[in-house]
Amino acid sequence: MSDQSDKNGMTIHLKIWRQARGASQGNFVEYTVNNVLAEMSFLEMLDILNEDLVKKGDEAIEFDNDCREGICGTCGLVISGVAHGTHAGTTTCEVRMRNYSDGDTITVEPFRAKPFTIIKDLVVDRSSFDRIQAKGGFVSMNVGSAPDGNAVPVPKEAADNAMDAASCIGCGACVAACPNASASLFVSAKISQFSWLPQGDPERTRRALLMVEQMDAEGFGNCSNHGECEAVCPKEISIQNIARMRREFIKAAFKG
Amino acid sequence: MDSFGSTLWSSVGKKVITGITGLALFAFVGVHLVGNFTLFLGPGAFNGYAHFLESALHGWLIYAFEAGIIVLFFFHIISTFTVAWTDKRKARAIGYKYGKNAGGKSRKTFSSISMIYTGILLVIFVIYHVKIFKLVDHELIGPDNVKNLYKVVVTGFKNPLLAGGTTVLMILLGFHLRHGIWSAFQSIGWANDRYLPILTKIALIVSILLAIGFVALPIYLYFVGDPNAVAGPGGH
Amino acid sequence: MTGNRILDAKIPGGPLADMWDKHMIDSPLVAPGGNRRKRTVIVVGTGLAGGGAAATMGELGYNVLNFCIQDTPRRAHSVAAQGGINASKNYQNDGDSVYRLFYDTIKGGDYRSREANTYRLAQLSMGIIDQSVAMGVPFAREYGGTLANRSFGGVQVSRTFYARGQTGQQLLLGVYSALVRQIDAGTVKMFPRHEMLDLVVVDGKARGIIARELTTGEIKRYEADAVVLATGGYSPVFYLSTNAVNSNATAAWRAHRRGALFSNPCYTQIHPTAVPQMGDYQSKLTLMSESLRNDGRVWVPKAPGDKRRPNDIPESERDYYLERRYPAFGNLVPRDIAARAAKVECDKGKSAYYSDQSVYLDFSEAIGRLGKDVVGDRYGNLFDMYNEIIGDNPYETPMMIYPAPHYTMGGLWVDYNLQSTIEGLFVTGEANFSDHGANRLGASALMQGLADGYFVTPRVVANYLANADLVNTSTDAEEFKAVENDVRGHFQRLLNIKGDRTVRDIHWELGRTMWDKVGMARNGEGLKEAIGKIGKLREEFWQNLKLTGNENDLNKQLEQANRLGDYLELGELMARDALMREESCGGHFREEHKTEDGEAKRDDANFTFVSAWEYTGENQEPVMHKEPLVFDNVELKTRSYK
Repeated sequence: MSDQSDKNGMTIHLKIWRQARGASQGNFVEYTVNNVLAEMSFLEMLDILNEDLVKKGDEAIEFDNDCREGICGTCGLVISGVAHGTHAGTTTCEVRMRNYSDGDTITVEPFRAKPFTIIKDLVVDRSSFDRIQAKGGFVSMNVGSAPDGNAVPVPKEAADNAMDAASCIGCGACVAACPNASASLFVSAKISQFSWLPQGDPERTRRALLMVEQMDAEGFGNCSNHGECEAVCPKEISIQNIARMRREFIKAAFKG
Repeated sequence: MDSFGSTLWSSVGKKVITGITGLALFAFVGVHLVGNFTLFLGPGAFNGYAHFLESALHGWLIYAFEAGIIVLFFFHIISTFTVAWTDKRKARAIGYKYGKNAGGKSRKTFSSISMIYTGILLVIFVIYHVKIFKLVDHELIGPDNVKNLYKVVVTGFKNPLLAGGTTVLMILLGFHLRHGIWSAFQSIGWANDRYLPILTKIALIVSILLAIGFVALPIYLYFVGDPNAVAGPGGH
Repeated sequence: MTGNRILDAKIPGGPLADMWDKHMIDSPLVAPGGNRRKRTVIVVGTGLAGGGAAATMGELGYNVLNFCIQDTPRRAHSVAAQGGINASKNYQNDGDSVYRLFYDTIKGGDYRSREANTYRLAQLSMGIIDQSVAMGVPFAREYGGTLANRSFGGVQVSRTFYARGQTGQQLLLGVYSALVRQIDAGTVKMFPRHEMLDLVVVDGKARGIIARELTTGEIKRYEADAVVLATGGYSPVFYLSTNAVNSNATAAWRAHRRGALFSNPCYTQIHPTAVPQMGDYQSKLTLMSESLRNDGRVWVPKAPGDKRRPNDIPESERDYYLERRYPAFGNLVPRDIAARAAKVECDKGKSAYYSDQSVYLDFSEAIGRLGKDVVGDRYGNLFDMYNEIIGDNPYETPMMIYPAPHYTMGGLWVDYNLQSTIEGLFVTGEANFSDHGANRLGASALMQGLADGYFVTPRVVANYLANADLVNTSTDAEEFKAVENDVRGHFQRLLNIKGDRTVRDIHWELGRTMWDKVGMARNGEGLKEAIGKIGKLREEFWQNLKLTGNENDLNKQLEQANRLGDYLELGELMARDALMREESCGGHFREEHKTEDGEAKRDDANFTFVSAWEYTGENQEPVMHKEPLVFDNVELKTRSYK
């Protein structure tokens, strides 16, 4: 690991997408950040840039971020052409500058998809995900009516598979990375999670049909099985969930 | 919830259609190749095979078969065209300026991104080869008035353009199937983490073998085939 | 300054075990249907407490307006909780019970929490697990299909339920799924990317809020019959904390300025296992789950100043100080004790090589005993995360950790009904003060969030609505306009400063002062110094802040500046509270009050009370009121984990 005494910072060149709120177009603006340390996170580097900008009287670059530890799903940038950066299994906030070298030029673009309208600079609107989930990504179980937690046994394998799918943080990188801007991985992770659990069984038909219907209504593209989504997913959710969603959907279509 | 029809035409429905029609077309391609191998056995075998196909069930088999193929092509083409062309363009009007492949676990390959293009070229080829081989006047030979399809085919492939063009297209067919075969299983929901790695490997091997098989014919015929070889049905 | 109000917690009488049930029977209800639909409740926050309450009240048929600053309710900071959630299910047959969970929580809180609230929390814990399982939360399971448990710091039973390292995320997704179902059904109206900026009080009762749409800057008024604040804690007052960078105290603080008393602000939890601070560019500290202490052994070199790499230090030259000092609990002592013990060693010059504020957390023994695969199954994701940050592999070299601000036990004062000193204003989850005393046990925050959200809030709010005598008002009322004008004025004031120092710059300075003087160990002199420094810094803030952009736009600098202004007041109150409390208890450690072997020394005779501070105006000294704590069911003992 790098010693703390090693303070020889890198110089990093950035090309960052800037777009005013309400504008239909934006453009890349070039910046340079000095004294970037290997252990800095990518967002901390942007913080430094923003500090410089504000001190100069310019507007800071807006980008969504919150927990900064890879769990809330708020952040999401396309860094040098790849959603959440080239490092597999990480969110944007987990990208560390140790992956870059002095003098590198890094491009930063927002997640791009028609349903992900750009709000400002690198901030996009992902509320379409909420509307998809609202159509069936739940078990209709009002508070108060639940049986004992151990009343229905769930095989460990099923619970593990459900957990694999449930680990989706809803960041939208799958859409951003998909050459077709499809939301299949996100939607399938939710459908798949409930399909593994006995609790999800009563509503599985409605869930599959309605969530897919809403996904289409939001204007996402369709899937070509390129698997880019799985490659950028910070939680490494497998495209086997997409296959599972299709299986659920076929069964549902015949049950209607 | 929507009607069955619109369910069928939803994003997932279209994938299922693509997968089923794709697998059926793949099966057809396999059978076609096996049939084509009779070309290596000479005019007798090939013409006999063709004659059998055309006359089975008083000729109805071939019509039913052709109709089926046309239907498969129709659905395969329009479902994939919406997925890979119209839906795609609608869903991302402004693209990335610096977009790159993610690498790692991605299954995005030349095969996968070129599906629509290899598909279009293959459709053109299919129509063209039907036109030059099937929709022409054939010489009738032998006591049973069997069409001498062999002569048409071998004569055709003596043309370096057709032989070369077919070779290229059959390589593209290999690429199309390399993504298409495993992708079809994924599209109809018959895949999971255990089967996916196996499926992709099988797809790669099968598509290479098919491509070799299809490429072997034009090359063989160009160099070795004799359009004027004559033999009746059933032997040399 | 000490005031003379004695706060009444309105604890129902009778035996502890029957209190909540009896209270529910005695409370009036609101009839289903029209009567509920006519009642509007504002819920601010969509974490376990807020989202749970909004969804549940939606299910019950109330008209709910739910606000959050995130772009979707699913991202509330509850997502970050890793380790688990406690419940007294006794599935492991190891002697757990409601009483034991209650007792552990009271003891863990160093006898500074309210018995009645804590007991209710322990009672409701079981229903949380049942509800969450039924909603499809993928808890870890045994091969037989039953729920798995693990143990957590500060207790000797195995009662923690977990969903890999994502327990908070999965529980919140359960809440979120219930919430979106209600949004789709039209009972809950969701306002994402909206920040509550002030509370509107009409006729002495909370009747609405002023909120700003963060993407457009539009400021609007919202009216309701009751307001629930579930807005989390205030750890980012330290700048560097394990909290999300947008977590803030503004909603709670503005309610405080409108008359809600603020309790025990000095009770802050410093979590023992975070990745050490690396530099002054840093934006946050990353938590490594407490569950790591189940298998990891904490140590420092025996010799001060020993900066050899950990693998070069022989076993005989390592000091496993937690095992040495606390043989009964070893590495599983409660958070406050583990955190302080690390500071004690580091203050003696014994630290990991990386910095003067870091200790080792070593898995070599566990890897030897269980094998690399088992350890990887349990902690692999955390090891990867650590490797990514520090660039070092915990399978091979010991991890390095140091305590970091994590949770705040203090918060707005509430009675048994979670109602603040403003009628109709309910405060739940981390935002209130009531359940954890001076220190929170691990895996109890999720428990409190969901107990408040699913079970307590819907009932106490119904109780209030059934009884309340509310005047007719609307967003056009003078009271609403006046508060909106205050909010607008506040923004103008911020934007008109046009100074030289950025928000981050000032916040960093506040954070360092808080960490150094109001952090893990405090003393009278340091606290007085902090009060002075924070006052000056506040002055500096209002004279020399630099902002760019404008208020009618997405402007995170402005959002942060607005929140920092409140932290600059809250930070001072924390120091004042710490100065007032001349004892050591839980997360509040006064160096003047310790035993001979350095443990916290409570003063039960003089400090068995909750402080409740009243806001008296900008730059005015606050007034402290008291709620005496009465312990009828547990005996106050010196907390010992030896």
